[in-house]
Amino acid sequence: MTDLFAPGMTVRVKAGETPGHVRTPYYLRGQTGQVQRLLGTFPNPEDCAVHKSGLPAKRLYQVLFPVHAVFPGQAVAAADDTILADIYEHWLEPATVDAGETTAL
Amino acid sequence: MTTAHRHDRTHAHAATADHAPPGHEWEFLEIALRELLIEKRVLTAAAIQARIDAVEGATPIQGSRVVARAWVDPAYKARLLADGNAAVAELGYGFDGPKLVALENTPARHHMVVCTLCSCYPKPLLGLSPAWYKSREYRSRAVSEPRAVLAEFGTVLPEDVELRVVDSTADCRYLIIPLRPVGTEGWTETRLVDLVTRDSMIGVAPARTPQTDHGTDV
Repeated sequence: MTDLFAPGMTVRVKAGETPGHVRTPYYLRGQTGQVQRLLGTFPNPEDCAVHKSGLPAKRLYQVLFPVHAVFPGQAVAAADDTILADIYEHWLEPATVDAGETTAL
Repeated sequence: MTTAHRHDRTHAHAATADHAPPGHEWEFLEIALRELLIEKRVLTAAAIQARIDAVEGATPIQGSRVVARAWVDPAYKARLLADGNAAVAELGYGFDGPKLVALENTPARHHMVVCTLCSCYPKPLLGLSPAWYKSREYRSRAVSEPRAVLAEFGTVLPEDVELRVVDSTADCRYLIIPLRPVGTEGWTETRLVDLVTRDSMIGVAPARTPQTDHGTDV
């Protein structure tokens, strides 16, 4: 299994909506974070929820986001407080893509 | 006390509504499946009830024992951080299905777990989650204003400590290893277990300190 996103890489969570059982929280969509590690591969929960196999399994990454960037203005947090979330590979893209061109699902 | 009486009546009505007969197709499906399994002698009603009792009666003790072992045994802690499922299996605890990820609090970084999407929780180790963990308020505010939420639990974090909120969004369950309290040097593993509270393993509070430990082993 090749790794798509190496630890330390800056990635963006894809924006937009898709119906069904999605494990990517709305508040992180379109946000930029840093890959911490690959957690492994798991059957795609979006497919499993509709009685499909979820295969091929999807890579799941721990991604770190700064709280102050995700919740500007309303965060009662020190500057370097962070949110660590588990995001599937098909919701991530390299952050070299311009924010305006964020890939829709 | 007319007002109080009315108040009580309102609650009585709400409780009655909660125990209304099944109305949703999934509830009928559950009843039909359960009755068939019993009728076909696959399961007994007693076995089902025993399982319900086990789930509802589970406490965070297994999680506390895992953390206490990690505190006294650095090699075990390293294995726990590397592979949570394998490390808890060493102590005889099953954690099937989701991947168990342990994260360690340090003097420079504090972790706090939430599941903003639903209520994912390491039940095999901690038992059923507390009601507040499943509340909409905790699930939203834990990410948007985490320090304020922590303060409401009585946990005021110094500004120079990074607060890392862990959103348990997918196929992993998180166990926090709280800081070992000062003043517990030389304590036995068994004695340390009592200091490891449920809330400290979710990360909304530190472990008990010896001063606040009201255990018997003093």
